[in-house]
Amino acid sequence: MPEIRSPLPGSFYRRPAPGQPPFKEIGDRVEPGDVIGLVEVMKSFNEIRADVGGTILSFAVEDEEPVMAGAVLVELEG
Amino acid sequence: MTIRRLFVANRGEIAVRIIRAAKSLGIETVQAYSEADREMLAVKLADKSVCVGRPAARHSYLDAAGLVAAARTAGCDAVHPGYGFLAENAEFADMVESFGMVFVGPAGETIRRMGDKAAAREAAIAAGVPVVPGSQGRVADIDAALAAAETIGYPVMIKAAAGGGGRGIRIAETPDELRRLAPQAQSEAQAAFGDGGLYLERVIENARHIEVQILGDGERAIHCFERECSLQRRRQKVWEEAPAACLDEATRARICASAVALAESVGYRGAGTLEYLYDEPSGAFYFIEMNTRIQVEHPVTEMITGIDLVAAMVRIAGGEPLPVTQDRVTRTGHAIEVRINAEDPAAGFMPCPGTVERLSVPTDPAIRFDGMIYEGYTVPPFYDSLLGKLIVHGATRAEAIDRLAAALEGFTVTGLKTTVPLHKALAADPDVRAGKAHTRFLEGWLAGNPAFTSQKAAQ
Repeated sequence: MPEIRSPLPGSFYRRPAPGQPPFKEIGDRVEPGDVIGLVEVMKSFNEIRADVGGTILSFAVEDEEPVMAGAVLVELEG
Repeated sequence: MTIRRLFVANRGEIAVRIIRAAKSLGIETVQAYSEADREMLAVKLADKSVCVGRPAARHSYLDAAGLVAAARTAGCDAVHPGYGFLAENAEFADMVESFGMVFVGPAGETIRRMGDKAAAREAAIAAGVPVVPGSQGRVADIDAALAAAETIGYPVMIKAAAGGGGRGIRIAETPDELRRLAPQAQSEAQAAFGDGGLYLERVIENARHIEVQILGDGERAIHCFERECSLQRRRQKVWEEAPAACLDEATRARICASAVALAESVGYRGAGTLEYLYDEPSGAFYFIEMNTRIQVEHPVTEMITGIDLVAAMVRIAGGEPLPVTQDRVTRTGHAIEVRINAEDPAAGFMPCPGTVERLSVPTDPAIRFDGMIYEGYTVPPFYDSLLGKLIVHGATRAEAIDRLAAALEGFTVTGLKTTVPLHKALAADPDVRAGKAHTRFLEGWLAGNPAFTSQKAAQ
């Protein structure tokens, strides 16, 4: 199953800013290069882009929760 | 009342610093920590520690009700907020006091007044302290902003009344720019601070950042001289000194006296800092804002005055009088602090959390390291990147810089990238050594220095 992983440790955010809609929802189609979320490392925000395409099956990490480097963020159906 | 058990509602190096001060006063400490901070140095040093929630700061170090409940359960009679997090949150201060505990800082009312930049400015004007030419308090709308800017003179800075840390600031060169930027600034301030109020100030080009340390007991205040923090990147200080070498004695006396006047006029209690811009060519200084807490760079003041500021603020909070009278506050030599951050200066200052493999700090009475790291410690990615501060003292500024250069050579931390290479380069720079740095100096210096402008930064 294709996956999108976090290259960095930090906090995962599904929204560009509080109160705004998520970058992607379950069932959305993503293309390589699409931003699927942000990972905040020491107050610096990094965009996480899909490296594969597919349809989002699930988010392995909840919005605003901690992630380790290499952790799966999104599971896709190819 | 005398404080017997102090709750440390913060983390990192300042938590360690507070515990050390408390121990010197014979006060027990209870350290708050998040689930990501079980292994932090302050937890190991405190008499007791208590987990206050999940890693994200809003579930732990920003959870006012949770922290107050933890402090009460642990039987604490006082709470030290450190800096950042809830240190300048008036509601937190009020909540602590409403449960019969002492808040180590000013009254909530003072935080509220001095934390509102426009209100602080009014207080400064009332106390006869010069302020940057600007609008009279908040500007009601765009027309009011345009009218105010005509009087002030362009370029003008658009600032958020509730802002801080350099956030929400925009510069307008012309009326058209002001018309375009003010609504953006307003909505950004509304989103960031829940308050869209704006005010305007004239831009002082190439200003120096000077700040005066004060201690107040609620009625009287004393100053502990000034610091200069002009070396900044993205409005974050990276290198701080005391005293400010660019001030002559007469100006120093006037700026310090103005800080005392303002602190006394608002009945300030505890340690606080009044920040000024200094226009070196004209010799004019302008109050910009007050920080109602201990600051990261407080050690340089301690090094030249011999006053333990953190112990002093705890004692004042416990009801003791000011530790010294003004005529007993003296200064000796020159001190410099550099911030050692877990950032890679060769890669656009990208944050680098990781595990400390080796740590070696030179031991010398003229060198002090206020840190949060030890060998084997894994720096969590959830909080700011400050690992510690290296502070040196010398008889003169030149000697302090030489000592800093030597101390940085003898300072080793491996396992993660740090800003040590930046500080080594700055300590060797002729303009820095000559004291020429103003607040816009470092960004230009970095842009022109190949070692600190990497392709990786563009990623």
